[in-house]
Amino acid sequence: MENLLSRTSLKIAGLLICLSLFIISFVLSIALGQTSIQLQTTFDAFFNYDESITEHIIITTSRTTRAVIAAVIGANLAIAGSLMQALTRNPLAAPDIFGINAGAIFFIVFSATFFSIDSLVSYMWIAFLGAGVAGVLVFFLGSLGRDGLTPIKIVLSGAAISALFVSFTQGLLVVDEQAIQSILFWLAGSVAGRSMDMLLPVLPFMLVAGLITLFLGRSINILLSGEDIAKGLGQRTVLIKVIIGVIVVFLAGGSVAVTGSIGFIGLIVPHMVRGLVGPDYRWVIPFSALVGAILLLLADIAARFIIIPQEMPIGVMTAFIGAPFFVFIARRGLSKND
Amino acid sequence: MSLLHAGGYQKMTNFFTVRTKSGSISFQLNIKTGITILLLSLLSLILFIISLSIGSSFVSPQAVVKQLFGFGTGEYDFVLNTLRLPRVLLAFMVGAALGVSGLILQGVIRNPLASPDIIGITSGASVGAILFIVYLMGTVSLKWLPLAAIVGAAIVSIIIYLLSWKKGVTPIRLVLIGIGVAAVMKAIVTMMLVISKDAVTTKSYLWLTGSLYGANWQDVFSMLPWILIFIPLTLLLARTVNVKELGDDVATGLGVKVQFQRLLLLFISVVLAGSAVAFAGGIEFVGLIAPHVGRMLIGRSFAGLVPISALLGGVIVLIADIVARTAFLPLDIPAGVFTAGIGAPFFIYLLYRNRNK
Repeated sequence: MENLLSRTSLKIAGLLICLSLFIISFVLSIALGQTSIQLQTTFDAFFNYDESITEHIIITTSRTTRAVIAAVIGANLAIAGSLMQALTRNPLAAPDIFGINAGAIFFIVFSATFFSIDSLVSYMWIAFLGAGVAGVLVFFLGSLGRDGLTPIKIVLSGAAISALFVSFTQGLLVVDEQAIQSILFWLAGSVAGRSMDMLLPVLPFMLVAGLITLFLGRSINILLSGEDIAKGLGQRTVLIKVIIGVIVVFLAGGSVAVTGSIGFIGLIVPHMVRGLVGPDYRWVIPFSALVGAILLLLADIAARFIIIPQEMPIGVMTAFIGAPFFVFIARRGLSKND
Repeated sequence: MSLLHAGGYQKMTNFFTVRTKSGSISFQLNIKTGITILLLSLLSLILFIISLSIGSSFVSPQAVVKQLFGFGTGEYDFVLNTLRLPRVLLAFMVGAALGVSGLILQGVIRNPLASPDIIGITSGASVGAILFIVYLMGTVSLKWLPLAAIVGAAIVSIIIYLLSWKKGVTPIRLVLIGIGVAAVMKAIVTMMLVISKDAVTTKSYLWLTGSLYGANWQDVFSMLPWILIFIPLTLLLARTVNVKELGDDVATGLGVKVQFQRLLLLFISVVLAGSAVAFAGGIEFVGLIAPHVGRMLIGRSFAGLVPISALLGGVIVLIADIVARTAFLPLDIPAGVFTAGIGAPFFIYLLYRNRNK
């Protein structure tokens, strides 16, 4: 596969460029908004904090939280997507397409309605559970039959499972009309109005999962060379696959618990990254994390300006960017003989 | 139209062939098909009466029948004539439209998994309808809502068809691209819901999930023409669909203008799905289930399947609406929740059954 950054030195340089782009978008995300804040003030808020300045309060309370959440969730979703595309050898694999988001959301809405659960930590565990259930269901449905896990079967079973969970969720919400307005923004996916308290319980899981993933690169490369070859090289393929699956559930389920359903980041970022650095997963994973974070930060900045004075849910933004990309991949063909 | 070959050819004594002199209309009706149509009509009638009699207040079936034939005492005028009758009729028509729409798609695309919701047509109708609700409701009469939904469905279908075109359209590409386009449409709907006022949001949300709540006679009369024109039209085109199921090459060889006929049929399918969405929102999976159950009952004859799918679609939505209306009294759950509850597992079953194809 042709890719831009073929030599290792170029890749390291690329990683540094991505890192600086990430820092720039992070700072922009803090500075830009309905109250636009000078860059100087932004830096002052961190280094010379002054309680009497409104801008400083905005920055330290809402803006920074929002930027951190967008960065973390963007990185998570992108890593989850790249892992899923490797695990299923399917260019269309991503948490939302697998019905994982819909599953996690249904489980949360269900437990909030029937068991009156409202603690953030419980939401997190319920989201993990829902993500796991939906992911496993879709994986097995998509694997049925002689030809195993084909892209088209996965996409269709993902669509079916999503439809099932989404309609159940809608049913619950219609019963409880009061909840619709408040929960809708969360369902549509948003990084706004979240507090650090929502991220903190999930963060350790995400960090551990992300760290493990960084060391999985070589194993994933072997796995991608084919099941038989991997076994011949002494890899315990089942173990690796289970580890990847569990990591995906923690990354994707955790993301839903914090921000609701944000689609398509997990789908498009791995494709962009593979175009950039090639199929070597030792590079794909760190690049995915950075590019995912950058993309979600930028999407979030755009979401603030499109329909002033209101804000667009970021899930809508990512769908507008990502769905055309999905169509593009589908047109190009999913496998060589398609 | 004349029945030229009643009981026709040597061994095919179970068929009636219906054919005009010019042969432009031609299909065979099986005795089994006839009986199935009768039985389904009977079932629909029974469901009609059940649906009219139960609800937050019970009306005895005898009183319902009396009322229907104009011998009512006036006691139930409001409950039956104003509340339940339009709702029941609308439910049936919506189901019929979706059933036929799905049947056409499965025939044209030659994929058992196709239905207006799965390939994204209904998502376009939702966008058309939600734009109408948010921007035009109050200034423009509600009777134009179906037109808005149909236009939305048509535009989106054209987009999906064009995007799927790559030296022809393959079924799989159509389904995948439909899923992608549907995601954009859902995003637009969510955007409209978020930026519109709270009262509009709740109403739109209820409608989007697929509810027949609040159906009235105006809805019934706005829906009726679409059904009366386009379902019979489908029957007229039945001949070419049967040929087309043999494959594009065979059909072209037999003189069918493949791409043109396909577009015409898709247009009918879009109109039917769009008008159904306009009145009942996203009642999903009916278009998928009805034709399949129809084929289990009578086999693959498209002409026979048109009335059967219409009746089955009607029956499914009627049942879903009865359950939705009464299971959690006094709450009125959208019927769409129940059709998806039955439909998604059915879809999964179809995936399982077609797993080696």
